[in-house]
Amino acid sequence: MQKTYYDPADLKKFGKISDWNQELGKKFFDYYAKVFEEGALSEREKSLIALAVAHTIQCPYCIDAYTGDGLQRGITKEEMMEALHVAAAIRGGASLVHGVQMMNKVNKLDM
Amino acid sequence: MITTSLHKRESELANSNRQLEILSNGIFKSGDLPKFSAKIAETNQFPLKAKKLEVLQINVGYMCNQVCEHCHVDAGPDRKEIMTKETMMQCLEVIKKTGAHTLDLTGGAPEMNPNFRWFVDEASKVGIKDFIVRSNLTIIKSNKKFADLPEFFKSHNVHVVSSMPHWTKGKTDKQRGTGVFDQSIQALKELNAIGYGMPNSSLRLDLVYNPSGAFLPGNQSALERDFKKALLEDFNIHFHNLFAITNLPISRFLDYLIASDNYEDYMYSLVEAYNPTAVKNVMCTNTLSVSWDGKLYDCDFNQMLELPVNSKAKHISEYNEDLLHNRDIVISQHCYGCTAGAGSSCQGSVA
Repeated sequence: MQKTYYDPADLKKFGKISDWNQELGKKFFDYYAKVFEEGALSEREKSLIALAVAHTIQCPYCIDAYTGDGLQRGITKEEMMEALHVAAAIRGGASLVHGVQMMNKVNKLDM
Repeated sequence: MITTSLHKRESELANSNRQLEILSNGIFKSGDLPKFSAKIAETNQFPLKAKKLEVLQINVGYMCNQVCEHCHVDAGPDRKEIMTKETMMQCLEVIKKTGAHTLDLTGGAPEMNPNFRWFVDEASKVGIKDFIVRSNLTIIKSNKKFADLPEFFKSHNVHVVSSMPHWTKGKTDKQRGTGVFDQSIQALKELNAIGYGMPNSSLRLDLVYNPSGAFLPGNQSALERDFKKALLEDFNIHFHNLFAITNLPISRFLDYLIASDNYEDYMYSLVEAYNPTAVKNVMCTNTLSVSWDGKLYDCDFNQMLELPVNSKAKHISEYNEDLLHNRDIVISQHCYGCTAGAGSSCQGSVA
């Protein structure tokens, strides 16, 4: 058993999750591959969304994967950082918009 | 930013034997990754065999006005290896009788060879179908004596292939040196102005994209679309095709990979992206590379690693297409660079 929760080398073994459930593993990876194909959105746009989401869910594997993917696609570091700020704005906004609930509660309870 | 070649710095990586040792030791010796010979044997593609010769690529010298971080030639202003007129004359004899449809001049900056114009003049008279000069663009702006190169290329119907690592200044200058982007844009505008790269123009202008770091190139057609859109919108520049080329782990790029602790991860990514379909069309099977001193190699990369052709004909003076045909291609682990993903060659993707 490894001594840390995350090992960069584990990213390469992602496909192994199918070993213990072929059917669902295959369905997931087929779906995953289809999602990232060019559609109404370009592969490039999808890569930037993935990078932003990776930071939102703070998945180190995904951050490695989609930083590398972005570089391969010619995405610049400025574009990457802007995408992260979109994620951060939504994350921050999600906390702050609940402030309305807090204010409602205070207004209800406070004399 | 580096300013001198590995040779000038007397780096151990200037030694091709040392490079080959690195490429055969470590993860390949331990068996963590399969050697290239074993990998292609899995699909019965070992030994790789030369097919009909289509491209004759001549390296007229390692001198260059730029010192790019990733350069597999280790080219730069301090390199003195320059093809002599005598060797050029031997090359011309071969160009006259070759069955190859493409003549591809490279360097260094080929234009810095003092006999470059004479050679182009003579070679163009032979009437080979596709006559490529790999020009780094900035050479046109580097000195007044090179300012008329676009017109010179046009008058000889030369197909210009130029490096452009990105459509933004930051990424371009980081790889190729400060000021390279602005000079390249200016040179491209001058080429466009006389018809090079314009839609439907027969004056061919293609760009070469190399990743500016330890990652593989993305999809060639998607990159071409992005390059075209950005260069047109930002600078009103046109070009025909983009060739996406993988950086091979030799010379200065190998030096960078090791210094930045990216070597093993990069080799893993090349091996993981191995594509047997790319092996079928890999450029060494239809190309012959001639070095500045007239020696023959399977490709420009083998030339830099000093791995000569496996044939009795080892020099341009001994050139014999029958002898060279069907020869075993000389390989090492750097060959994974040409078989990763959609494959890579001097003409871009191959699969």
